Amino acid sequence: MDVMPKWAEVVLVPLISLVLAAILSALVILGIGEDPVAAVKLMVTGALGSTYGWGYTLYYATNFMFTGLCVSIAFHARLFNIGGEGQAMLGGLGVALACLYIPWPHWSLALIGATAMAALFGAAWAAIPAFLQAKRGSHIVITTIMFNFIAAAVLNYILVNMMRPKGSMDPATARFPDATKLPTLHDLLAPIGINFSKAAPANISLLVAVAACIFLWVLIWRTRLGYEIRAYGQSESAAKYAGISPVKITMIAMVISGALAGMMAINNVMGEAERLVLNATEGAGFIGIAVALMGRSHPFGVFLAAILFGFLYQGGAELALWTSIPRELIVVIQALVILFTGALDNMVRMPLEKIFLGIRNARAPKPAEPAE
Amino acid sequence: MNDTTNMERQATAAPAIELKGISKAFGPVQANKDISIRVMPGTIHGIIGENGAGKSTLMSILYGFYKADKGEIFISGKKTDIPDSQAAITAGIGMVFQHFKLVENFTVLENIILGAEDGRLLKPSLAKARKSLLKLADDYGLKVDPDALIQDIGVGMQQRVEILKALYRQADILILDEPTGVLTPAEADQLFRILGRLRSEGKTIILITHKLREIMNITDTVSVMRRGEMTATVKTAETSPAELAELMVGRKVLLRVDKKPAQPAEVVLDIKGLRVVDEKGVERLRGIDLQVRAGEILGVAGVAGNGQSELLEVLGGYQTGSGSVQVKGQALDLTGKHSDGQSRRNRGIAHVPEDRQREGLIMDFQAWENTAFGYHKDPAYRHGILMDNAAIKADTVEKMERFDVRPPNPRLAAKSFSGGNQQKIVLAREIERNPDLLLIGQPTRGVDIGAIEFIHQQIVALRDQGKAILLVSVELEEILALSDRVAVMFDGQVMGVRDASATDEKELGLMMAGITDTEADAKIGA
Repeated sequence: MDVMPKWAEVVLVPLISLVLAAILSALVILGIGEDPVAAVKLMVTGALGSTYGWGYTLYYATNFMFTGLCVSIAFHARLFNIGGEGQAMLGGLGVALACLYIPWPHWSLALIGATAMAALFGAAWAAIPAFLQAKRGSHIVITTIMFNFIAAAVLNYILVNMMRPKGSMDPATARFPDATKLPTLHDLLAPIGINFSKAAPANISLLVAVAACIFLWVLIWRTRLGYEIRAYGQSESAAKYAGISPVKITMIAMVISGALAGMMAINNVMGEAERLVLNATEGAGFIGIAVALMGRSHPFGVFLAAILFGFLYQGGAELALWTSIPRELIVVIQALVILFTGALDNMVRMPLEKIFLGIRNARAPKPAEPAE
Repeated sequence: MNDTTNMERQATAAPAIELKGISKAFGPVQANKDISIRVMPGTIHGIIGENGAGKSTLMSILYGFYKADKGEIFISGKKTDIPDSQAAITAGIGMVFQHFKLVENFTVLENIILGAEDGRLLKPSLAKARKSLLKLADDYGLKVDPDALIQDIGVGMQQRVEILKALYRQADILILDEPTGVLTPAEADQLFRILGRLRSEGKTIILITHKLREIMNITDTVSVMRRGEMTATVKTAETSPAELAELMVGRKVLLRVDKKPAQPAEVVLDIKGLRVVDEKGVERLRGIDLQVRAGEILGVAGVAGNGQSELLEVLGGYQTGSGSVQVKGQALDLTGKHSDGQSRRNRGIAHVPEDRQREGLIMDFQAWENTAFGYHKDPAYRHGILMDNAAIKADTVEKMERFDVRPPNPRLAAKSFSGGNQQKIVLAREIERNPDLLLIGQPTRGVDIGAIEFIHQQIVALRDQGKAILLVSVELEEILALSDRVAVMFDGQVMGVRDASATDEKELGLMMAGITDTEADAKIGA
């Protein structure tokens, strides 16, 4: 029997972890001589106080949803894909190729085409470490980390030597044609009478990300493939007994994982920058690991965790802009959140389990004998 | 057996071990409830109980692996705290684990001093150890070759090294956890002779087992545990197997299987020259020939690790092999595209694997998810491109009822069921598929006596429906009780096949030790 009711497991544990992280963050802010209450106020108003703030929060959240899902699906197959960063970079290359070299008649078709290319490039970049793991036993953590560096080098080479417009000093592609411009939240919400900030980068990719969350939920919990992925992730020996091929599942899970990371590029490359620049991913691939950890690899959890990290990102930027609190402190706060929600999970869970056990024992003084 | 001096010593001396009111809970599970026990010096004390009764927890507390929530430990009348195993060793307690803790590529001597080296340099410790080892071997009749590598000596000998390790650390109290699980009957008898010798030298021995026969043979007193409680402590001479079984389970149990004579029909499984080479290049099966007919149970006996597991794996489709295997006259693919669990299931082969926790079940999956395991591609479980979870759940409820799985809750994770009920979930899944051939490994390992009865009945019922059953078990009693014919495996080969009615433990025991038919005949004749 589970010790805790489900709501405590999915709501109470992360919530208490967050509160602990917040308290420690407040102490750190106090320590450097700033006012934590004012800092929190600034973060909240900066990230959630205006449609402009929301626009940025949701923009970051979209990135984190894709990379969080990327890590989650691999987690379900007990594969630790740290290569989301590199796969998202390659996804950016796919988007750039699709947008620059195909004359799209309409943004909607461009979105479909670019998404496909982004997924394809990300999937291909994940497929190589997956193959090495499945067939050669090279550890996926090592290879995916390595592939992040290789991706950065490859992108650097392509941008500088091949895709840079003649005469430009900037290692970036040309601006994408107007037909590939994605509608922003401002464009989408205007018809229903909501005046969303024009300057904020959140765009229709957010809806694609939400759709990806739903798709992944169905895949993991409702299809035979998802069943096989989970079974393999839980026990490789049992999977073999049941006739589930470890090679097949490793490949498929990593290809889906890489495709999701790659799809992030429709948000940051196509939706925001509208050209491919160096380091377009800005570490979102790594944040995805934290998002997946906090969201317990559940698509809905990833959705919520992505929004939280979007808030931290945007709020942190505001904090750095308006106070003397350095940008690095935001990294400290993010690290504390990751530490408490991910690594120190048991620190909160164990006492909580004891409390629930106490409550249950108090209610039923004599625990029922298990049926024989 | 106690001689009079032993009796006197018991009457006067303080108990070697006394536990008072030991309690230990893991979360909601009360593993030990207020347990008190006195073990007199120079005796063999048996602790018997079903899996999960709390025997191992109690011994782990005594050896310092767990800390008791409540209660006190007295060693030779002195209250002793045992926070870790180092403290247990200092207090003179030695433990021989079920799974040996030996370094395979070290020599016997190196293993014995491991963790008890005297200084930074190895040589003087080894020399000293060699001297005391020879003395110990002399005193207790425990002959070993100090320079042999562990990987080169047999299981019985390895166990001897474990006992010597404890004695080298000056243990006066030896705890043996299921010591005969990996031994042939002959090796087990040898072990019991050693234990008898140790007792006569004044050592105290605690023997944990679930085998009634061993308790009756060797112990002076026996304690029975059930559901974390000590239900009784009796003198072995004053009890009987039936009484002990009843104390373990809490009700009267049938210790034998009721079955009609088999009516074997056509050959279902025909194995010819089957060979298996494992990943390390070791030949695990070295040319096996076996036949199983419809309506019969073929038991495969043997000490664990003689190729039985590989036989099940290759038939189950997750180990490659060479040779010929035919099921109902059609060849099985042993290496290619169709050598996987799915293809085997499609051919009417069901498989209850030896290790349900590692293979048969996904412990974190709920019961209903486990009911679909291996059969998750069944069209009956499909709803378009999705899985029909409702259909699987309904099916699970039905199967749980028919196999009396308790609690009958399809949403409970597999790990939350007792061993017997986990096994029933696997059995229900495989038997209800109405297979032509059932492969079944260790059907009652870690299963409570109450459930053993039920599981045996189900296996016999399937046979009576005219199905072929290949049964692998390391429990010779189980093999003899269930099988119609018995094959004995040793070192990847079949030593011989016997009619179950025309053989006995003695003959099979010799074959299990690798003695061929003719040699065995000669020995029995002699």
